[in-house]
Amino acid sequence: MQIELTPQQIEQQTYFKTFVEEYVIPQAKLHDQQQHTPPELIQRLAQQGYLGAIIPKEYGGGEMEAITFGLLCEQIGRASASLLSLLTVHGMVCQSIMRWGSAEQKQQWLPKLASGEIIGGFGLTEPNIGSDAKSVESVAIAHDDHYQLTGHKKWISFGQVADLFLIIAQCDNKPTAFLVERKTAGFSTKPINNLLGFRSAMLAELIIDNCMIQKQNLVGRIGFGFSHIAGTALDHGRYCVAWGCVGLAQACLEASLHYTKDRKQFGTFLSNHQLIQHIIADMIVQIKAARLLCYQAGCLKNSGDPALIMETSIAKYFASQMVSKIADNAVQIHGANGCSDEYPVQRYLRDAKIMEIIEGSSQMQQIIIAKYGYQSFLREMRKNH
Amino acid sequence: MTADEITEKTKSFLGKFIKVEEIQADEDLFAAGLLNSLFAMQLVLFVEKEFNCKVENDDLDLKNFNSINAIVGLITRKIATA
Ligand SMILES: Cc1cc2nc3c(=O)[nH]c(=O)nc-3n(C[C@H](O)[C@H](O)[C@H](O)COP(=O)(O)OP(=O)(O)OC[C@H]3O[C@@H](n4cnc5c(N)ncnc54)[C@H](O)[C@@H]3O)c2cc1C
Repeated sequence: MQIELTPQQIEQQTYFKTFVEEYVIPQAKLHDQQQHTPPELIQRLAQQGYLGAIIPKEYGGGEMEAITFGLLCEQIGRASASLLSLLTVHGMVCQSIMRWGSAEQKQQWLPKLASGEIIGGFGLTEPNIGSDAKSVESVAIAHDDHYQLTGHKKWISFGQVADLFLIIAQCDNKPTAFLVERKTAGFSTKPINNLLGFRSAMLAELIIDNCMIQKQNLVGRIGFGFSHIAGTALDHGRYCVAWGCVGLAQACLEASLHYTKDRKQFGTFLSNHQLIQHIIADMIVQIKAARLLCYQAGCLKNSGDPALIMETSIAKYFASQMVSKIADNAVQIHGANGCSDEYPVQRYLRDAKIMEIIEGSSQMQQIIIAKYGYQSFLREMRKNH
Repeated sequence: MTADEITEKTKSFLGKFIKVEEIQADEDLFAAGLLNSLFAMQLVLFVEKEFNCKVENDDLDLKNFNSINAIVGLITRKIATA
């Protein structure tokens, strides 16, 4: 066993760091305040090849291996959790098409998604349905040459600007996935503003009013939309988010180290107070632990091991709880300054909380992980008797 | 690889999720409540990694996944055309 980045991975990591420090971090506060991500920034990500990072080269992508992609997510998450969510949802659409799309769908969409000519959005959640996602209420009726899709999606990241949505709806009462273009007649979006965090993630509601969807826009098969297509997308989403949490937590740590070296109370720097050192030490250890879980999930992804599904869920669960706690402590360490917008930690705290809700809430991960624990335990018992 | 070897490997994988020794080869797995996304994705990855083949969108048919026999049948066909 060896847990060490390769020279190429280190080189890429340095490059990602430089990129976010030059182009993302300086603007992150403004974008958060304006609740907007400018198209120029999205184009910049595209030019860097980041929107097509996971797409195979034959479709114009970068075919990045999982660890390097994780390092990218970490750096983007360190700079802006909102921007990370663009990489996440866009990647979820790419991954679903790569995995389950027809040859025509791959040819039609992947090159455009890779170049950033179009942006992908993921439409699962609805006003009445969140965690119980297989029970979505949107409905697709099959006609001879098209599907008629009606539904209402809510909380869709980058829904204000995405061009191509992966929508999960019931067809014959079975969860089914469709690709829906923004320009489809009957499709419209309504911006959602003033959220706690992810404020520049340009969320929207999607109103799907009797849209005619061509037969070739069905992804996979009827009935497999949740188990396989959304399952693939969410696994990718959890991987991005887990790494993004590590990055966001790293930002909290860096801000805290910086602040406690500068600020004096009781005649000495905060960094000299042992209770502060306790918090800093815990931050360092927790971030390392989360990063190791991410490395493990990434290695399993690279080898296509079935265990990657569980390990990614575990990494997402741990990393999102970890960052929530760390961001909370980062604000604590900054005192009143931490509550003001002169310092970034208040944004980090607001964004960190979201991480525990998206891509399967902490409770959903706990249910899955505990179930897995019992399955493994009972299996061992059976083996030994 | 013989059909028996494929069946053994498949049973061993399914044993992570269910009491496979109590399930008949043609018994409906989804009646045992197995059709969730976590299991579904792990099954796909198992078939691909263990037997070095690719599960395609055309294979997304319950008839390919709903019993031990069905899964073994899918794998056998995949290996034959790989
Ligand atoms: C910033 C942001 C961006 C998002 N982007 C997207 C997107 O791009 N696409 C998309 O489809 N969705 C998106 N979502 C929605 C997100 O996926 C859902 O919010 C999430 O799945 C939880 O669903 P819910 O909010 O309806 O909460 P509910 O499902 O109503 O849950 C409420 C609470 O109850 C808990 N709970 C639910 N069931 C159980 C149970 N069985 N046992 C114990 N506890 C339970 C939950 O963990 C949660 O704490 C986004 C949300 C946010 C906040």
